[in-house]
Amino acid sequence: MTIEDLTRLQFAVTTLYHYLFVPLSISLALFTALLQTAHLRRTRRGGDDTFGRLSLLVGKLLMTTFAVGVVTGLVQEFQFGLSWSSFARFYGDVFGPTLAVEGMLAFFLEATFLGLWWFGRDRLPALVHLATIWIVAVGTTISAFVILAANSFMQNPVAYTIDAQTGRARLGSFSELLFNEVNLAAFPHTYAGAVMAGGALVMAVGVWHLLRGDYAEDTREFAAFRTLSRFGAWATLTGGGLVAVSGDVLGKVITQVQPMKMAAAEALYRTTTGAPFSIFSYAPLGSDKPTFSLEVPGFLSFLAKGSFSAQVLGIKDLQDAYAAQFGPGDYVPFIPVAFWSFRLMIGVGMFAVLVAAAHLWVSRKSRVLRPDRRLAQGLLWSVGLLPLLPLAANSFGWIFTETARQPWLVFGLFKTADGVSPGLTFAEVATSLAAFTVVYGTLAVVWVKLAFRLVRKGLPEMPAPAPAEPAADDDEFVTTY
Amino acid sequence: MELSVLWFGIAVLAWVLFFVLEGFDFGVGFLGPLLGRTEAERGAAVRTVGPVWDGNEVWLVAAIGVTFAAFPDWYAALLSGLYLPMIALLLLLAVRGVAIEFRGKHDTARWRNRCDTALAASSLLLAGTWGAVLGVLVSGLALSPGGEVHTAGWLGGLGRSLDPLFGPWAVLGGFAGVLLTTVHGATFLALRTTGVLRQRARRLTVATAPALLVVALALFIAAGHAVVAAAAALLAVAAVAAWRRAEALAFAATTLAVAGSVVAVFTAHLQTGAGTGAWVLLRSTLGPAGDVTLGAAAASPAALHLITVAGVVVLPGVIAYQAWSYWVFRRRVASGPGRRTAHPAAVGRAAR
Repeated sequence: MTIEDLTRLQFAVTTLYHYLFVPLSISLALFTALLQTAHLRRTRRGGDDTFGRLSLLVGKLLMTTFAVGVVTGLVQEFQFGLSWSSFARFYGDVFGPTLAVEGMLAFFLEATFLGLWWFGRDRLPALVHLATIWIVAVGTTISAFVILAANSFMQNPVAYTIDAQTGRARLGSFSELLFNEVNLAAFPHTYAGAVMAGGALVMAVGVWHLLRGDYAEDTREFAAFRTLSRFGAWATLTGGGLVAVSGDVLGKVITQVQPMKMAAAEALYRTTTGAPFSIFSYAPLGSDKPTFSLEVPGFLSFLAKGSFSAQVLGIKDLQDAYAAQFGPGDYVPFIPVAFWSFRLMIGVGMFAVLVAAAHLWVSRKSRVLRPDRRLAQGLLWSVGLLPLLPLAANSFGWIFTETARQPWLVFGLFKTADGVSPGLTFAEVATSLAAFTVVYGTLAVVWVKLAFRLVRKGLPEMPAPAPAEPAADDDEFVTTY
Repeated sequence: MELSVLWFGIAVLAWVLFFVLEGFDFGVGFLGPLLGRTEAERGAAVRTVGPVWDGNEVWLVAAIGVTFAAFPDWYAALLSGLYLPMIALLLLLAVRGVAIEFRGKHDTARWRNRCDTALAASSLLLAGTWGAVLGVLVSGLALSPGGEVHTAGWLGGLGRSLDPLFGPWAVLGGFAGVLLTTVHGATFLALRTTGVLRQRARRLTVATAPALLVVALALFIAAGHAVVAAAAALLAVAAVAAWRRAEALAFAATTLAVAGSVVAVFTAHLQTGAGTGAWVLLRSTLGPAGDVTLGAAAASPAALHLITVAGVVVLPGVIAYQAWSYWVFRRRVASGPGRRTAHPAAVGRAAR
């Protein structure tokens, strides 16, 4: 294993790990804001506080998730200088301002207002308190848009010039950078994927309580968890629909700007008219002809160009074209990873949508989930896996989009092999990777345990309104932290 | 004035705000177990930073983001040259942040004790390691003309980025970091609590001042920097103020001491290149060819122009709403006069 491989592995591990918490934070912030808004509307009309209690539960999950997202996100901010310093020098003029704007515009909003939301319940008027969580939700959205613009530059560099003296990229128009056509499709695609992840999580929380039979059917808690499960299912379903539509647009844009990526997604070696899409395929490594394949005729052409009979460029022709354009070299990404991550992204995501649709059907109208005991026990186990489906689909999506861009770091401009920090030693990266594995692994175990405990406690009660503020020097303990 | 000079100022300001704000967070983190004898007292200590630590830490994101945006070569040289210390800092920050956030999310004494231990250990190590890294900024790195450290060093390459931590400046910086954080955290706790914590924090401020004065004196003799003398004077002010129960003044004094020290570190080599007309951001121990200079490291005018527009619009707003958040949580946190067990009401309130 070379130092480049090890450094790439470290970046992949830390980034994929960070991205387990990001989509959950984005969507849980949105859900908390929506639930708290519903709570305020309902209680103003004299209704009960079910939505408020649900927003508290989802908000607690948000707080634990956000904490891990913040500390693992900080690592991302440093990594480009730590192990990819040549890349940071080449791309810094474009990437640096983007990161700085994201930090100033979004991170401060999220961090400060989440603190205000969590601790300010007793100290802020209800509407101001509601505004704080909406500001957090807006902050996460801005953050996603800006950072995806930086990634979109790596997929499809726009709004730059190459400095003749230094050979580095120089920033052109920032608005052109933000509204890169790849970002216009990648942002909705990613955001909808995040909504699916949070949707599946809260659906699982609701279903789990219903199946366990913790609450009698006529209790308010039972109704609340039924509402939560259906809310999550609708979010997963809606998110899934948006993921499909935006993914279709993104596929067509990528076919234009990175035809090799789409060819790799299908392992299409020769340029084909009316190219098929294989659901499953097996080919010995190194061979360009599958020994077995289950295909939908013309469907790849449809995905790539919107017509079942369109021509899709093949890997071999693209390799020849790139070699002529960029000089001799291997311009083919690792095909098995591209091929399977693309299919798993779609397949696992679709499965999550199916589960959500099935749940909406089973729990429709006044029907309640109350299967017989043995079935309920069996289902209970699988409910725990439900939130993993969209998270896995998100991860496969990133694995696909990043590995199928190789050997490029910035497509057509800068190769991955040229990005690693000069002087960095194998021992250093091996040490840091081991340290990340231990700390991140521990964090994951602790997070899962905490989230599980939080969920198991059931529906939290709304905190009683704080008594009149105690005098500064009274002797009462305040240990809400 | 050139935009790159303005952005050097803004970068230093962001680093200063990070060290001032997180400085008391770190201090509170490791002083909690020292000053809080019961779990409830430690909880009260954590609560003084609970609502604000995350916003404080974003100043690190801002500082490194501004450094990257305005001076990509400075960012690249600093981080790749200090690879392992920086990784250690990031992992310690991860442990600390999670310990604070997770502490109140589960309701057993054992869990809280574990979180307190993790918080204290990581905070102490953070204070020392950041101090050492600032010390390295003074002594410089073995940067070759490309701006990178190439000497693999001991232990099969681990020494490349670890070796600078064992220089005299780094060691001194580490000690100064822990001591300064101790007194800064103590003045903050005295300002933000009532009862026993407040008393003990005040006493600690008075007690640590002599040790700090000795370090400041050593630094002054070594560096002869006027800022060091000023910092020492400020710490004397803090000690006297704490003794006289002027808590706000004591905190203001330690704040200025931290800020002044950080400014002194970041501007330590600005004059070094004066003969050549270049301002040195990061000194190379291998000679001037490896120095990272302000002019050469600056981003393009277009990039600087963009972040200037964004910064002028956004940063005042950030400072305003952060100040508002401190205002919302201005009330002191009560810690009780020496009670040994948690009040039943406290347990109930902790659960929410």
